[in-house]
Amino acid sequence: MTALTEQVGHLSTLSRPDWRLVLPVGWLALVFLAALTVDWLPVPTPTDMDFMAVETLPSAEHWLGTDQDGRDIFSRVAHGARVSLVVGFLAPLVGLFFGTLLGLLSAWYGGIARTSILVALDAILAFPGLVLAMALTAILGASVGSVTLALGVLAIPSFARISRARALPLIQREFVLAAKTAGAGDAWILLREVLPNMVMTLVTYTLTIVSVMIVIEGALSFLGVGVPPPAPSWGGMISEGRSALERAPHISLIPAAAMFFTVLSLNVLGDRLRRRAEAREGGLS
Amino acid sequence: MQGKVASAHPRHTAAGRCGPAMPPLARRFVRRLMHLLAVLAIVSVATFLMLELLPGNLADSFLHENASEAEVAAIERDLGLDKPLVERFMDWAGNALRGDLGESPVSGEPISAAIAERLPVTLQLLLYAQLLSLAIALPLGILAGYREGSTLDRVISGGALGSLAMPHFVWGILLILLLSIWLDWLPATGYVPFLESPPGNLMSLFLPALTLAMVEAPVYLRLLRSDVASTLREDYIVVARAKGLGDRQILLRHALRPSSFTLITLMGINIGNLIGGSVIVESLFALPGVGRYLVEGVIRRDFFTVQGVVLVIAVAFVLVNLLVDLAYNLLDPRLSHDSAH
Repeated sequence: MTALTEQVGHLSTLSRPDWRLVLPVGWLALVFLAALTVDWLPVPTPTDMDFMAVETLPSAEHWLGTDQDGRDIFSRVAHGARVSLVVGFLAPLVGLFFGTLLGLLSAWYGGIARTSILVALDAILAFPGLVLAMALTAILGASVGSVTLALGVLAIPSFARISRARALPLIQREFVLAAKTAGAGDAWILLREVLPNMVMTLVTYTLTIVSVMIVIEGALSFLGVGVPPPAPSWGGMISEGRSALERAPHISLIPAAAMFFTVLSLNVLGDRLRRRAEAREGGLS
Repeated sequence: MQGKVASAHPRHTAAGRCGPAMPPLARRFVRRLMHLLAVLAIVSVATFLMLELLPGNLADSFLHENASEAEVAAIERDLGLDKPLVERFMDWAGNALRGDLGESPVSGEPISAAIAERLPVTLQLLLYAQLLSLAIALPLGILAGYREGSTLDRVISGGALGSLAMPHFVWGILLILLLSIWLDWLPATGYVPFLESPPGNLMSLFLPALTLAMVEAPVYLRLLRSDVASTLREDYIVVARAKGLGDRQILLRHALRPSSFTLITLMGINIGNLIGGSVIVESLFALPGVGRYLVEGVIRRDFFTVQGVVLVIAVAFVLVNLLVDLAYNLLDPRLSHDSAH
């Protein structure tokens, strides 16, 4: 029903641009582009200090103004985007891999294997996300790699739950029984019969969780326990701008806006994708 | 004992779900408790092993680079690192059970006492934030659901979507800028203890609690909106209307009650998010709470403090989730199957 209305709605709006699709995709493309090309743009490096222009507003020389140390905010936002994007897109992949594996195993096997996987997942969930991320980064040492790993661990339980929930009804299906009767091994059935039928759900969820990861990475940097300075990150920039909030609020607000629009774009796109995936896979389970 | 048998039996839940007989509440409770104890055991082992994952030796983090071997040995003895791992864990867990988390080697203060001193601030902040989020979400969510599809609904729902995309630290900065710098209504920092001045205390915690609420409220609001909208389409609402009940009574008596179950679960789920948020908010507004203590511990590389705080937070979080689960079970008698699986 919803699928149908959406399809019809989709057809009728083909002529005029769909702003809910164009704006988020456009913004994300812009962020990616800035992150990729900033080194070739005519802007100062993110650590260059221009003492002639401290806390300035946007100008031709400094496109988004400068911070308390006279560093170019555009350059720092673009370099900070690298950290956000790398962590935001790689961490869910860590969660996707291990989470799906555990979810499939816990759906297929019973007994001790299932119980211990479920208890272990609940144990990860027993730590509030940010607290676990902080503890893991503190121990692994603050770097892009360890933040990614820490956030990846954080994402494992939700991926495991989703893949388990998707796998349970699939396992009851006739094609699994057929494969079993044909003598297929457990690994074959799980990877060749069950997994392909849940790819859409998993991919959708991976994209949805990217924004969560970007926010947590931002929080870690904001608290000063994430990716260490002088490498710029959005959370770190927002935090550094606090001391000049009264005189020059744009130092905090520009990276905050960058993060806001990125997270909003991802959420809007994720919502849309999820609805479409649900409509498509609804009949399968 | 029965519960132990049940949880060890893999087919039990499947059979229980298909069978018409409802498993007794007591048996379910015991099974839930076993699961909980297993989770707590893993949590404590993991928190203990956390420090073993440190690259290099734990003692190194307290010493300068070219410390002599005698110095290393002395500090290892001090920290009990010369004992075998299992013995150290038993010591640590035994002490933790008695409420003793040891002393911070960095500041020298007992960790349990430091946490106990800061816990009330955090708890008050969390409670305050939950109340504020409900105060925001209830009226707006009901209104949006009641007028589903209207301009008002679109404004409220759009606002909620936008608010959800703003992390705690962005909301915090915006609220400081707006309410304390531009409008000059509230102080951005300066915590007033409750016993010193209750109104001053509520004032000093208002901005931090509001920051948390701005991120929590949209989640509740969206749930309430869709719940109210779908409930209003149910038959019994039509009946209530036909009986001549006013809109207000229909909304509060009939439409809101089913939503309260989902709301309670959601509030339970959100506590983790709220705890994370309070870590940020306490740091941003310089509140003497547990979250800020944790951040300070991480920054000073005071790993024993980090370990202690993480353990306390995780155990508290697990227990709160258990309470939410129990409350949910008691409130909704229809729930007969095991919600944990």
